[in-house]
Parts: sequence; structure tokens; C-alpha cells
Amino acid sequence: MPDPISSTRTPASVIELLVRNHPGTMSHITGLFSRRAFNLEAIVCVPVDGGATSRILLLVPDEPRLEQVGCQLEKLHDVLELRLRPDLGPSFFAGIAGLMAPEPVSEAP
Amino acid sequence: MKTTGAILLRTLLERQGIRTIPGIPGGAILPFYDALHGSAIRHVLARHEQGAGFIAQGMARATGRAAVCLATSGPGATNLLTAIADARLDSVPLVAITGQVSQALIGTDAFQEVDTYGLTLPITKHNFLVRSASELLETVPLAFQMAESGRPGPVVIDVPKDIQNEEIDVGPLPEPGRAMTADACPDGEIEALARMLASAQRPVLYIGGGVISSGAAGLACSLAHRLSAPTVCTLMALGAMPPSDPLFMGMLGMHAALGTNLLLEEADLLFAIGSRFDDRATGRVADFCPRATVAHIDIDRAEIGKIRRPFLGLVGDAAPILRRLLSRLPAQDRPGWRARAAELRSAHPLRHPPRPEEPLHPLNICRFLGETLPSDAIMTTDVGQHQMWVAQAYPVRRPRGLLTSGGLGTMGFGLPAAIGASLAMPGRRIACVTGDGSILMNIQELATLAELDLPVAVLVFNNAQLGLVRQQQELFYSRRYEASQFGSAPDFAALARAFGIRGERLDADGDPLAELAEILASPGPCVVDIPIREGANVLPMVPPGSANRNMILETEPASSHA
Repeated sequence: MPDPISSTRTPASVIELLVRNHPGTMSHITGLFSRRAFNLEAIVCVPVDGGATSRILLLVPDEPRLEQVGCQLEKLHDVLELRLRPDLGPSFFAGIAGLMAPEPVSEAP
Repeated sequence: MKTTGAILLRTLLERQGIRTIPGIPGGAILPFYDALHGSAIRHVLARHEQGAGFIAQGMARATGRAAVCLATSGPGATNLLTAIADARLDSVPLVAITGQVSQALIGTDAFQEVDTYGLTLPITKHNFLVRSASELLETVPLAFQMAESGRPGPVVIDVPKDIQNEEIDVGPLPEPGRAMTADACPDGEIEALARMLASAQRPVLYIGGGVISSGAAGLACSLAHRLSAPTVCTLMALGAMPPSDPLFMGMLGMHAALGTNLLLEEADLLFAIGSRFDDRATGRVADFCPRATVAHIDIDRAEIGKIRRPFLGLVGDAAPILRRLLSRLPAQDRPGWRARAAELRSAHPLRHPPRPEEPLHPLNICRFLGETLPSDAIMTTDVGQHQMWVAQAYPVRRPRGLLTSGGLGTMGFGLPAAIGASLAMPGRRIACVTGDGSILMNIQELATLAELDLPVAVLVFNNAQLGLVRQQQELFYSRRYEASQFGSAPDFAALARAFGIRGERLDADGDPLAELAEILASPGPCVVDIPIREGANVLPMVPPGSANRNMILETEPASSHA
């Protein structure tokens, strides 16, 4: 079965965000993507620093507007840091996708 | 000190210097209204929450300082949304405070519950749902700081009712939130910009609302003269340069004078200051200033290169950047370029019948208002043909002299914004030029105006149509006039009197402009119904999506009822 992420046609970049961890932060980030018609291929979020902040990895297509995406993300009050993670390719997300959709091990109840 | 969330909120607003709050009460905000009782803060009771939002906007736009509006949960909050979105697109500092159902009821579809946080997320700079009374100590100053810092904008604070009632012990109160100073640009960037400007042959300044926000209008004018650079303004920047200035080329874009758009075709350097390359200004972007390299100053880094990649982009506050630029920029005389600008301006004047022939031609009325209103008058407009006629022909003589809904283009803005401007600037004459379509969208605020008895003159350019819609249908939809003609219209003068306000209707026969001057000379509020020709168009006009050089200059006289 072709992997949905690694088979995306456009090359992709990974943006890492450090954000304040409170209700609403994720809405601000995903809302920005839908409002500005940016594409968001994948998102991973984990709490760090005992839960005060979270780290988010965003898989976004490499397009000319990537810089604008970054600028708009940096303007969000709850986004504390933004950096690109060229070391994490789409294969990183493909690995996660593998974890989330393992081969069926048993019949559904 | 023992207090409640509501009293704490009031105290924090008082410490912010808030003296007037427009709003409408309702169940979920009643504890805060109770705290306002006996406060030094004056509450102005609007007749619709959208009116309250635009009254606050009028205060903020007239002063540059954050203003507050107030509404209850549910419909109170949803009625504020348009005013909040409008503030976002025009970068207006606004703090909207909404009541919310008690936390225990959130998520239960309680009476007048709506997800205000979710609804305001995409239309604010930031928004807060307060989760404890002590959070107000941080949230309120931060909301003002955010509304006023950098690129200004709206902030929403949603306060559940139980938090307004919560009793807490508070220690020392926080300092009020204030605009933070933007980071300074490196010297190297200023020097590069100075070199770039000095080497240009045909520079044009393209200034936007950011110049007004920054208080940099005088500096921008000095720069224009230092460089001999003709200057174009966006709608939001009108008033930044005196209209009598020989370098002033008026508004650019869709409804510019043709000479202004042609000048931009010839420019070899476009210096954008606090402007955002809006589609109404640029026309087809690929054809905008095709010969020019671009230098761009903006306080919002995301604006640099958003639409047009600049050769040089400086992020920062326009005023200090221009001051530093002026300190190292020698005077440059470009007599040929100045002459070319003057030539283009005089070759392409606005076309309209002379005043004696048609005194109530919209452009003649706008010019007449420029001669008649005091020089410190504040003009507000609604949205439509009348707005563009004002932009073309009314001489805005000072920054914040024209308050208009530019980005969102909200019909219904003008009257409440005029009330707000008058509250913020007591003693000034306020004129609201509106249309017979727009005025009906917040007509209820005439009751607020009557109650406050402010010197607001509402001038209704009445063509019995949604004129700009009709114009587009005439030009781009083969004159199929669908839903742009009103089948019945109120008697606006009688309507004003019903609200307890002086109401007049000008008669095109006789001397209507003298009558208008007489009405404007008397104090207090008034509504003047001004009949204008039904087929009048805003010209010239760039068809949407077209290059700015392709302007429609004339249209055939249209039959008024197709």
C-alpha cells in the first residue's frame, strides 16, 4: 500500500515550534493554516518542560509561500520559537504514520 | 485587598486610562455592569453591539489609542464580530470584552452560550478566555499591550460570569499595558536604503495606514520633499500628506486619477512605507509598477514580500526609521521628474460637471465640504460610491482626518464611527458621508446620537440604489441590475426627526449647497438627505483583476431604471 505521506508529490519541510501549552494554542495554529489557505500535511505535538510548553512539528509543502507561513506563525502570541528542521525529512512522519496505522493484528470485535 | 473579578476588571480598565466604554448589557456581563455603577468610566449605551464596536473603533481611529467595547455572551458577542474583523483588517487597536456563561455551563449549549473564543480566533490579533479572576491581572494589561504594540489590532477578552463574581484577594496591581517600542533597524539597512533612494531617477513614495499609526506623516512628507518624490496614498493614508502639496498625487489604484496610476508605471523606485500592496491599490500585481524596484518599510515582518518581493525590506516602526534616514539623506532635486508628475496630474483631472451646472454632483459636494467644514473636522464614511467620491475629492488635511472602513469594507461603519470620533474629540465637527444603502445598516445608532447630542452631521448621498453594486452590474454584468435598486426608501429627514434629530432634505433646484452650509453651521447632530443623480458612477475605475493602467474613464449615461 503506498504511504500517503512519503508519496506526496511536493517536497516538504518540517517546521518546529515551541509554544505555550494551554487550551487554544492548537486552534490558533491550525486556524492560521486554514485561514491563509496554507497546506498542512502532518502535525505532531508533545508537552515539554513539565507541560508549561509544547513542541510541535509541522510537515508543510515546500512552496514559495513557506516563508510567509513562518512569518505568520511567528506573529502568534503563543508561538515562542520557530525553526526549520531540515534534518527531519518526510520519512520521520512516515515512521509515525506506520505507528498509527499498524498492520491489523486481530479482527475487529 | 478583597475584591471581585468584575471590580478588578473595572479597576484595571480605569488604570489603563479608559474613560468611555460603548456597549450593551446582558445576563452574562451583568456583574461587570454592576461594577461600572458609580465608576469614573462613562458607559455609552449603543443600540446594537455592532454599533458599540464601531463607536469604539471611531474612538481608537481618532486617537490611535486602544478603545474598549462591551457585550454580553451569545448574540452580544456575535454582533460584535463584524466590528472586530474590521479592526483587524485596518489594524485598529481595540479591546473587546464579552461576557460568557459561567464555566460550569460552558459546553452545555446553555442560554446565550456561543464559542466566542473560537469565533474570534481568526479575526483578532489574540484572544483570551479568562479561567480565573486572578488571570485578569495578567490578561488585561497584556491585551492593551498587544492591541497597541507593533501593528495594532483587536484583542478579545471573554470573561465567564462566575469569574466576574469570583471573590479574590489581590496584592499590588500590575502596571497598565502600553505599546512596546519596536526593535531598531540596523544602521547598515538604513544606509543601504539611503543609497538606493539617492541613486533612483524616478522615485515614488507609496504610503499606507502604517504611516498614520506610526505618527510618521510629517516625516514622510519631509522625505518626499528631500527626494523630490511624488507621493501616492492608500485609502488608509489619506491625510498623511496635505492635499495642497505639489508632490501629492492622491490615492492610487482602482479609483485613482489616471495620471497617478500612469506615474507609477514610470517609476523606477517604489518606496512603500506602512502599506501592504492591497489588491485595490495594486490592481493586477504582475503589472504593478513594472519598471520599479521596491523598498518596503513595515512594522509587520510578514508584510515584507507577502505580495511583492522588495529589493530592500526594513522591519520596524516607520517614524524612527524615517528620522534616521532623513538625517543622512542629502536633498535631491529631480526637476524633470517633478515636472512629469505635475504634467500627469494636470492632464488627467477628475471629470465632473462644473458646480453651477450640477451642484449636487457627488464630487462637487465633496469639494464643497472641503471648503465648508472646519479644517480640524473629522470625516467618516460608510462603504460604497460615496466613500470613493470622498477619497477622490474631499481634501483630507491631517492624519486621522478621514476614518473609513478600508480592508473589510463594512457598510454601517460610518455613523457609529462618527459618534466614537466625537466622543474622543469633543468640540470637533464630525461629518459622516454615507449612502442610502449604508446608513440603514446601523440606523439605530441615531438614537444613541440623539441621546448624546454630539456635533455629528450625517450626509446621505441618496441615489435610491446600492450604487457601487449597480455600477459593477452596469460595467461588468451587461446592465443586468439584480437586487441593486431599492423599491422603496424611507424619508431620511423624517426618520431623523423621529429619532429627535434635525432632519433636512436638500432640493437640487435653488441653492442646495448654500442650504447645506447653513445646516452645517448650526451646532448639534443632523441628518441631511442629499439627492444625487441615480446613474452617477465612480470614475475612473480599474476593472477588478486588471492592470492599473487600464482604467475605464467614461461610461455612457446609464438609464437609472433598467
